[in-house]
Amino acid sequence: MTILRESLIFEVSDQGKRGFFLPKLDVPPRKDLLKNIPLREEIQDFPEVSEVEVVRHFTRLSQANFCIDLGFYPLGSCTMKYNPKINEKVALTKEFLSSHPYSSEELVQGNLEILKITEELLMRITGMDAFTLQPSAGAQGELVGMMLIRACLEERGNPRKIVLIPDSAHGTNPSSAHLCGYHVREIKSNDKGTVDLNDLEKNMSEDVAALMVTNPNTLGIFESDIKEISAIVHSKGGFVYMDGANMNALIGKSRPGDMDVDVIHLNLHKTFSTPHGGGGPGAGPVGVKKELEPYLPIPIIQKKENHYHLLFDRPKSIGRARSFYGNFLVVVKALAYILSLGPEGLREIAEIAVLNSNYIRKSLENEYHLKYESPTLHECVFSDKHQRPYGVQNIDIAKRLIDYGVHPPTMSFPLIVQGALMVEPTETETKRDIDRFIDAMKQISREAKEDPEILKSAPHTAYVRRLDETTAARRLDLHWSRESDPEKE
Amino acid sequence: MSYTSLSQKDKKEMLTKIGISSIQKLFDSIPENLILKEGLNVPDHLAEPELVRHFDALARKNSFHKFLSFLGAGAYLHTIPSIVDYLSSRGEFISPYTPYQPEVSQGTLQIIYEFQTLICQLTGMDSANASLYDGASGAAEAVLMAHRIKSKPKVLVARTIHPQYREVIETYSKNLDVSLQDISYSKNGEIDLEDLEKKLGYETSAVVVQSPNFFGVIEKLKEVSDLAHRNQALSIAVITEPTSLGVLESPGQLGMDIVTGEGQSFGLPLSFGGPYLGFMACKKEFIRQVPGRIVGVTKDTEGERGFVLTLSTREQHIRRERATSNICTNQAWCALRATVFLEALGKKGMQELAWQNLQKAHYAMDRLTQLEGVHLKFDGAIFNEFVLQFEKSWKEIDKFLKDKGIIGGFGLERVFPELKNCALFCVTEVHRREDMDRLVSVLEEAVQ
Repeated sequence: MTILRESLIFEVSDQGKRGFFLPKLDVPPRKDLLKNIPLREEIQDFPEVSEVEVVRHFTRLSQANFCIDLGFYPLGSCTMKYNPKINEKVALTKEFLSSHPYSSEELVQGNLEILKITEELLMRITGMDAFTLQPSAGAQGELVGMMLIRACLEERGNPRKIVLIPDSAHGTNPSSAHLCGYHVREIKSNDKGTVDLNDLEKNMSEDVAALMVTNPNTLGIFESDIKEISAIVHSKGGFVYMDGANMNALIGKSRPGDMDVDVIHLNLHKTFSTPHGGGGPGAGPVGVKKELEPYLPIPIIQKKENHYHLLFDRPKSIGRARSFYGNFLVVVKALAYILSLGPEGLREIAEIAVLNSNYIRKSLENEYHLKYESPTLHECVFSDKHQRPYGVQNIDIAKRLIDYGVHPPTMSFPLIVQGALMVEPTETETKRDIDRFIDAMKQISREAKEDPEILKSAPHTAYVRRLDETTAARRLDLHWSRESDPEKE
Repeated sequence: MSYTSLSQKDKKEMLTKIGISSIQKLFDSIPENLILKEGLNVPDHLAEPELVRHFDALARKNSFHKFLSFLGAGAYLHTIPSIVDYLSSRGEFISPYTPYQPEVSQGTLQIIYEFQTLICQLTGMDSANASLYDGASGAAEAVLMAHRIKSKPKVLVARTIHPQYREVIETYSKNLDVSLQDISYSKNGEIDLEDLEKKLGYETSAVVVQSPNFFGVIEKLKEVSDLAHRNQALSIAVITEPTSLGVLESPGQLGMDIVTGEGQSFGLPLSFGGPYLGFMACKKEFIRQVPGRIVGVTKDTEGERGFVLTLSTREQHIRRERATSNICTNQAWCALRATVFLEALGKKGMQELAWQNLQKAHYAMDRLTQLEGVHLKFDGAIFNEFVLQFEKSWKEIDKFLKDKGIIGGFGLERVFPELKNCALFCVTEVHRREDMDRLVSVLEEAVQ
């Protein structure tokens, strides 16, 4: 059946229609209210549609989305694993949904227990000494983590000026460091794709507040020298921040706390299976070693005689990073995930994720260039080097994959691989889907030689053909307006 | 328990293809001394029925839902049309990633474009982003944005903004050469315009004001923004209760430069504080300084309309340390719920929603303030929240109400020590007349 192209709701709106009705006002209305306050007659051009129109609108639009429930989504570094439905169900429990964040402690003991237990489980999983669940996403976790380091250094007398970040890092790392008031200096990767210890040593000084390192890094390579790296940074009084976005490769196998790192953030919407929702909400808990605990954001949760309390009186705290206690329902889902898997299930995540990734790597290494030969864990980064002679780039390969029913890999980083195709299969895929992806990639590699045009004009079967992103940025149209709509004179 | 999908045969075939004998081999790049020898010290797995029982037991330790509550203060109980839950729970909306590949994400992208349009219409602005974490971090991002635009050190913050927002602004700005200065409030609960005028100067980047403010009082945005502009500063409006925009003139029409706030009122349950929905809108000229994702219109190779993430040169994945913000994952699914909510209510529904909040809050306020020993603290115009001052101790009254199954207002003394025995009450369209009458009669007993 044809998927109908869906109009904007504003284009189908018609005067007087509505999709929801409130009960009648049950108090005598006062006519004298807001006398000297500027009011509006109506919200100009706001949509007016019936309930069924809203339902069809969103249902049709849903058909224009790819998602993990539909198929393979090997978007590198994003850990697109299956989101267990039971986690959604428990998060919809009435008692969780209806509790007001300003409720007094004794009426929300269940919520506080959930937060505290999750903190404790994350401590055991990572080997860190304390956690805050407040950050709303990975990037906010990075910012909070860097603020903890800064607060501690300030107390020692000098916040320092520089943060070192490997050239393979995700873009949020330098951005978070900057937002925390630091200058960023890049550390080179060596020919193995890992941190160059010489370059690190050369750049490490008493001006350096921290090193932000992702492990395994964005190439999927474990930083085998992590303890030496930590030692170099610590020797000059700096801190090691570990970006835990790739924790899916390590869970149950190895703990960041044992790697002598001082701060780590996790992405509950990656490793811990909470759904991405088309771009959030996520959660970015931050774990620290003892020394940094006093600086954690307020409030923290304390258990005392079987009762949970919120503590606000924390003089060294960096303060508050967002309202209330973070994305609570996301934490509920992550806790359900951890409890449902147990120790064996958690270890199996890393084992199968790494197996799937290495199977793909082995199966495609003849067709696609791999810049680094080092062993990889949960993801691998191919490039378009073999296809470029035919005028084909990573974006063409990616868009052609859509025709084969697979979501494209990540292309925007790591910056040290030109034409990157970062593939992360996760542990939940079937061999059948993985093999279909491998076959599609091989077919595309043949097409690159024989019929490059079919790649360059891909996708051919999606809801829309290839979209012109340059024009969007040049001729900005960021909201509908009556004037710009030719249908609504 | 396991959510993996490989059979033993699959695993064997895959290991053979890789050319190794065991999965453990794949972890050889991790030094031996970093490999865990034992399983993690976490509880044994729970199957689905056990998990449900486990969470039911946790849920039973909550009792807030049994009370009749008049708490607001930045988190509001509103009606949620059933189609919001129904539509937003579709896998096509819950389980995609950020729409980096527009050709397979047109659903999410078009919805964000509609969300941006709705936010522009509500706020009276020319442009809006795809969402931020929450209202508090939105306010902090707005302060940093104004600071980037004006490059002047001082930002003036009304004492009447949500105290947690004030704290988050402080956390975000303290490492960045931004100095915050408070503007006091006047007797009627509004920002003190004289104090503002006095403190505004050539060093000021922006003025931050919330309306309705933390006391529920509607601020004079026009006067605030005029004063700011006269001093070459930007005006930032924070909205924690955006249902008010169904009746109040839009901040854009009143001259505000940036409008940011909390969209929880639009279809998101209270959920113990999150996930919520930060939004941000601004005048067109500032769009390149906006943080976060923005969706724009373009065409495909056949000339058909399509939607893409745009202006990404502002963002961390391109600009790295020079990005306008570090935000990456935001609250897209919450924005989708808000979009369903707003489109279902529509023009008439939003107007009526706001009207009912206004009327019901006034009904409750009028009756409560007739009681002996209960006074209206501020006489500025309010929307759906108001501050009462009691002659008796608020602590005792609060306890009395609780014993009778009512959560009264938010005790203000803990954040505003000068507001002795004052509490902020919130009434929305979900409160029936009998609920308010019950509050009145129990409170009457309480204050005696």
